[in-house]
Amino acid sequence: MTLALEGLRVPLASFALEMNVLLDAHVTAVFGPSGAGKTSLLETVAGLKRPEKGRIVLSGRVLDDAATGAHAPARGRSVGYVTQDDSLFPHLSVAGNLRYGAHRQGARGAAFAESRVVEVLGLSSLLDRRPSTLSGGERRRVALGRALLSGPALLLLDEPLSGLERPLKERVLEHLLKVREAFPIPILFVTHEAAEVVALADEVILLETGRMRARGTPRDVLRDVRREPPASFG
Amino acid sequence: MSLASALAGDLPVIWFTLRTAALAVLLLAPFGLALALLLARRNFPGKALVETLVALPLVLPPVAIGLLLLKFLGRRGPVGRAARALFDMDIVFTWRAVVAAMMVMSLPLLVRTARIAFEAVNPRLEAVARTLGAGEARVIRTITLPLAARGIAAGLLLAFARALGEFGATILVAGNIPGRTTTIATAIYNDVQTGADAEAYRLFLVSAGVAFLAVFLSEVWLKRRMNA
Repeated sequence: MTLALEGLRVPLASFALEMNVLLDAHVTAVFGPSGAGKTSLLETVAGLKRPEKGRIVLSGRVLDDAATGAHAPARGRSVGYVTQDDSLFPHLSVAGNLRYGAHRQGARGAAFAESRVVEVLGLSSLLDRRPSTLSGGERRRVALGRALLSGPALLLLDEPLSGLERPLKERVLEHLLKVREAFPIPILFVTHEAAEVVALADEVILLETGRMRARGTPRDVLRDVRREPPASFG
Repeated sequence: MSLASALAGDLPVIWFTLRTAALAVLLLAPFGLALALLLARRNFPGKALVETLVALPLVLPPVAIGLLLLKFLGRRGPVGRAARALFDMDIVFTWRAVVAAMMVMSLPLLVRTARIAFEAVNPRLEAVARTLGAGEARVIRTITLPLAARGIAAGLLLAFARALGEFGATILVAGNIPGRTTTIATAIYNDVQTGADAEAYRLFLVSAGVAFLAVFLSEVWLKRRMNA
């Protein structure tokens, strides 16, 4: 998989997100302080925000091209997006949530069997439950499974571990590592925690007020951050 | 005459009012809900104008609305002429005019209540549904409408209650023809005019009961929605 962000410019409230990068690692972390534009980057790749300039090309398929006005709508991008608040549909059961995007399977991208996703994420005992009865960690796993079952060509995770208590955080991390092993699907995830970068990512880009400040292996980039931290990491 | 047998005599007018009010809400619902969704989710030029027009029946004298309807639905009005040409039917001074008056007067209550319900649906859920491959129609059907259902039901009930009580526009555009266009509200007016106080109070009790039930249920539904 390659995700090319070519001369991308997305205007945000107080600054613009500007990226020019070709991502080709299995798991890439977008690391940076809050307010750096990380979530906006994911929303743009997911097709929920339109770039003002530049192109987004996913494995040769042009998703956005501001110059020609091309814009693949979110529903046709085959990009799975797990939001920070997990956005489970409160009126549907866990099974209903998981299957919501499953009808798209086979159209594009990798198709995973429901039983496999349920097994890897340990969801079999939760299928009949309502989201409101789940713990924070369970909710994250359901949201992850729902995105996987829609057969995405790329998976976007927004702060997949934030806001969870420590033991839960470790459990969800375990599941993320399992997903990494079990499904050959590229992942782009956003975090402000160095520990998550080290645990999950092959490559990391450091984002600060909308611009890429560094890129490389977690080791290298995090060493640089320690030497010269962005102001807001203080 | 016992109360029961007296009420039995009122049944035709009660039944007529319930039926026309229900039909008015039913006909109004698709348009009113679409308008509420549009106002809740989209910005467009002239939105403030549309909002104002929708709210007008709340503040204009109902008789003024009736006058306007008379212009449009009358034999020489655009809608009335079309109805005659196409279906060979009259609108004014028939039950159709009763329904039309009820629809216009109920519109603001339905749109306002449903709009608040739509606005309470987290747009992120709709966005995520789209990333899962759902088109707009599926998003509305499977996410927006179910999550706004209680507020929509409350809005429909309020609209129904408003339709039941409609008087000013109705009497102008549909008249007060016993057995044909007389509703509970216009019947009460008749009874008071002719000094039939007992009949008027009886109908008052009926309409108060139905209205109380409708508003009470809509309040209960709205509260539960907010606490959910």
